[in-house]
Amino acid sequence: MYKALVDEPSITIVPVAREGEAIPVAAGLFIAGQNPIISIQNAGLYEAGDSLRGLALGIGLPLVMFIGYRGHNRKGDTPDSAAKFLEPYLHMWRVEHFVVESDDDLDRVPLAFDLAKKTNQPVAVAIGTEYAKVDSEAEGSEQE
Amino acid sequence: MITYADACRVINESRGEAVSVSTMTQIKYWNAISQEPDLDISIGNAMSKASSVALGVALGDEDRTVFCLDSEGSLLMNFGTLATIAGMAPKNFYHFVFNNGIYAVTGGQPVPAPGVEYSKVAEACGYASAYRFDDIESLDSELPDILGSPGPVLIEIIVKAEPQGEGADQTWESNAAMPLQLRALRKRLTGTDDWGPGGPFI
Repeated sequence: MYKALVDEPSITIVPVAREGEAIPVAAGLFIAGQNPIISIQNAGLYEAGDSLRGLALGIGLPLVMFIGYRGHNRKGDTPDSAAKFLEPYLHMWRVEHFVVESDDDLDRVPLAFDLAKKTNQPVAVAIGTEYAKVDSEAEGSEQE
Repeated sequence: MITYADACRVINESRGEAVSVSTMTQIKYWNAISQEPDLDISIGNAMSKASSVALGVALGDEDRTVFCLDSEGSLLMNFGTLATIAGMAPKNFYHFVFNNGIYAVTGGQPVPAPGVEYSKVAEACGYASAYRFDDIESLDSELPDILGSPGPVLIEIIVKAEPQGEGADQTWESNAAMPLQLRALRKRLTGTDDWGPGGPFI
């Protein structure tokens, strides 16, 4: 996914040093008239908690957050707590989310953009690890 | 040692139509003298992230000068921002760091290492230039030239600490003001009033 974003000329990548920067940078880009998304991993979303609270939920930011669903599988139990906590964490913040695990799920992505715009709230798209063949460790927010 | 009021006065004199993103104690002094409230945002409701918001604005509107009125406590909490800003190298970005050596809004506890020279850290990270001032006369005389040079620039200002005795100025009222300020700024920058209500405050 990261490589696809880098290769797309209409998208500018903003590499950040930690996930907590991604939401505030996206908020600034949106204020200046751009169309940002963020792309981080589930563990990074936990790190970004105060930014999610203050600068996405708190201001009503229509932001689609692509979240790498590290550790998620359809086989049941996972030893990875990053996966176990993702959906409970999103529910706790009242953040709506969609799970994308295969090409068949891709029609959920425009639904996420529609919902974010309609509600002026952040919406998560959790990318399952089976789908993300290259589990990018890159972190960043992007603008169009 | 410089007072907050003097520093904000001098910065405001060279402001023009720059966007100003402020946080912590700077908010009170800046808002008291700013004549462009639609170009001001006060990040009182997201710890340490004023510089990140300001970076986003600077990248999103490259023709607009952006000031961040940051503090050393906030910068320490979001130290990676210096590398992120240096990496993107926005020429329109001026990063003021008010250094008072304490966490004023939580009662005046000292920061972990009071001797850090943030201007040197910024230079090491790759800012275009960085300065450190501890007297108002030098800041006053040099700031116009500094703002005429390309960013990202960090301007560290050693200020007289003003610990708040009664705790943080973090009221429900100020939290509710932030989303309205952000919408006003988007309207000013884009010319469209298309960001409707959302979130717990509006």
